[in-house]
Amino acid sequence: MTVERAISEPKDQFPVGMRVLAVDDDPTCLLLLETLLRRCQYNVTTTSQAITALKLLRENKNKFDLVISDVHMPDMDGFKLLEHVGLEMDLPVIMLSANGDTKLVMKGITHGACDYLLKPVRIEELQNIWQHVVRRKKFDRKDGDNSGSQDKPHIDNGGAAGMGSVDQNGKLNKKRKDQNEDEDEEHDENGHDNEDPSTQKKPRVVWSVELHRKFVAAVNQLGIDKAVPKKILELMNVEKLTRENVASHLQKYRLYLKRISCVANQQANMAAALGSADSTYLRMGPLNGLGNFHTLAGSDQLHNAALRSFPPSGVLGRLNTPAGLGVRGLPSPGMIQLGHVQNSGNTSNDQSKLQSFVIPGNHNANTLQGMPMSLELDQLQNNKGVSHIGELPTAANTTVFPVSGSLMDARISGCSNNPLLGVTSNSLMLEGSSQQTTLHPSNLRDSVSTMGFQNGNTLSDFTSIATASNQLQCSKADLQCQASPTSCNAGQIIRSAPPEWNAPYHSNVMCCSINSSIPVNGAMVPLGQCLDQNNPNFHRNMDLDSIAPSNFVDPKSLKRSEGFNSAMEPAVIQKEGYFQPRPQGGYNVGSLEDLASAMMKEGPDTRKLADGDFGCNGYSHRTCI
Amino acid sequence: MLGLGADRLRADMNRLLAFLFHQGILDEQYLQLQQLQDESSPNFVSEVVNIYFHESEKLLRNLRSLLMDREFSDYKKMGIHLNQFMGSSSSIGAKRVRNVCVAFRAASEQNNRAGCLRALELLEHEYCFLKNKLHELFQIEQQRVLAAGVRYPMQN
Repeated sequence: MTVERAISEPKDQFPVGMRVLAVDDDPTCLLLLETLLRRCQYNVTTTSQAITALKLLRENKNKFDLVISDVHMPDMDGFKLLEHVGLEMDLPVIMLSANGDTKLVMKGITHGACDYLLKPVRIEELQNIWQHVVRRKKFDRKDGDNSGSQDKPHIDNGGAAGMGSVDQNGKLNKKRKDQNEDEDEEHDENGHDNEDPSTQKKPRVVWSVELHRKFVAAVNQLGIDKAVPKKILELMNVEKLTRENVASHLQKYRLYLKRISCVANQQANMAAALGSADSTYLRMGPLNGLGNFHTLAGSDQLHNAALRSFPPSGVLGRLNTPAGLGVRGLPSPGMIQLGHVQNSGNTSNDQSKLQSFVIPGNHNANTLQGMPMSLELDQLQNNKGVSHIGELPTAANTTVFPVSGSLMDARISGCSNNPLLGVTSNSLMLEGSSQQTTLHPSNLRDSVSTMGFQNGNTLSDFTSIATASNQLQCSKADLQCQASPTSCNAGQIIRSAPPEWNAPYHSNVMCCSINSSIPVNGAMVPLGQCLDQNNPNFHRNMDLDSIAPSNFVDPKSLKRSEGFNSAMEPAVIQKEGYFQPRPQGGYNVGSLEDLASAMMKEGPDTRKLADGDFGCNGYSHRTCI
Repeated sequence: MLGLGADRLRADMNRLLAFLFHQGILDEQYLQLQQLQDESSPNFVSEVVNIYFHESEKLLRNLRSLLMDREFSDYKKMGIHLNQFMGSSSSIGAKRVRNVCVAFRAASEQNNRAGCLRALELLEHEYCFLKNKLHELFQIEQQRVLAAGVRYPMQN
């Protein structure tokens, strides 16, 4: 028994030692996630870039068991990463986000995420993520191998129970046995498994580009509706591929197509508006699961069609793909041999991936060429810590932070360039969503090239715009509907916590002034300006809060905060200078009532800002007091 | 005497922590951070929090420069910064900062520039306050560790 234990694989201690790849561009969250995962005794690798993550995953397909990825990342959309991992490596992917918006969660699910976690992540949630690995393993092994028909009725965890209910009876026993093999550490079971590894632990099939292409060709030959795994398998004629592998891949492919066609339907109008590319475009859809670009091989017309028939969001979304994978996947920037890639018989992973995603043809090389240039520039900027291009914030603003830092990082320079990009893409998005027929193919291409050529623009802009425009297209109305409840909630948050706001505000101001007197002044100036400009708004919100004016008067709260003393007075007085000057020590109900009555006389023009300002005004007025 | 100092410092620290929790400046997530700190990662909390400060200041600068731009129209970009700020703030338990981010996001979703500006002011204030308090906390902790550390040899 001891011998068997010694030769047992580390996986037998599963979930201990499960190999997780964590991807998040936010270093705070990444460090926290890493520590939490280590605390769960997983084997953790982290990276802050999606590109690096993909590279790591492609290097060695069997290096990881699970991927956890943030949704919003600058170099690549989390959903894109999700898709690629799902299609290429068939690993379970968990999405992570600070935004728990239903739409996003839905998007995660349709893209194939096996879970969607909200930040802040708790350790309890992470302790159960191993279930996704086990679950996926089970589905991959759909073959009818009956070696594991022992009766092991006891199942350890809830995750297992869920799985058991999904599968047929005949396989239930096998599943239980496998689970016990995974979870229990009974020697006899482990011993048995080790004797017969080939039936228990089948090597995972890697769906390389080649394989997938064959698969797609077979599916197309049979017709997507008539494509049955058995026939596909026959057509593909690949060794060591089982019907079950094909079946699960087909399942994923169908999901992908469904998702694409849903987007395609929305875009079909756009395509019609843009020209005769309809049939080409629609035909392109099913031809390649990995990316529509693949079918554009060797056709000049098609390249136009590609750009034409993809509405702005589509273009941007797709551009993001080559930018994200094709270009950045290259080991060094400046490799613009896009033309070569398609023809090369190169079998390296990066290049083969490039093949799928890059739009062939010289015409497109320009567009994409722009990207590596901007990529290089971006890297340059990052390296040299270029100070901003464009407007500098005023001195008052920079002094808000005691931390010295007049060096703006590249992001700001990216931001300054943004207006142009933002305007361009905004116009595209607007036109796209309203489906005007005036958007000409040449315009689109030019705009795209322009965007590609803009120096200093990070690819994150594309990502963000792609995401944005996707969201806009799919959910424009929803977004607006969401905005109001969100703001209402924000307002409620403010209202529900009035007592807590008082003392900290005093000390808030005071603490800032401790560091230097400037921050308070600096911050005050814009506040003052905003107050002056928006006084009517201000009054309006006072009304909402006049329900509980007594909350503002809380001299006890001042005493509660020990150690906050003399510095507070001048700050408070300064703030209160906006109202009638009063003795220090608290908010004045009197001044509130004055404002409340003044607010009654508000003009009609303030109303339009009401909803939007609701939350913010509540906050700001407290600050000003 | 040194022992007393360490105890007093610990009491100070606890009092400050209690205050921060009571005021809603920090929430239970901060406790999770503390629990992750152990012998294998003795400075975990201050490490994470320092990274948070560094990133947050970058984000706040970005947000301000975005809003100060006369031709500002890229609310989406602002949303992305905000999202990151919200994520990291909630990850370390900075409840109030996160709440302001929520309001800020609401304003930006409505393309309400004035509201965004106001929210930014508030955000800067809240962040400033949080940073000071946490620095204070770390200082007390450092002193406490020193005081406690010197104590042990004397016990032997």
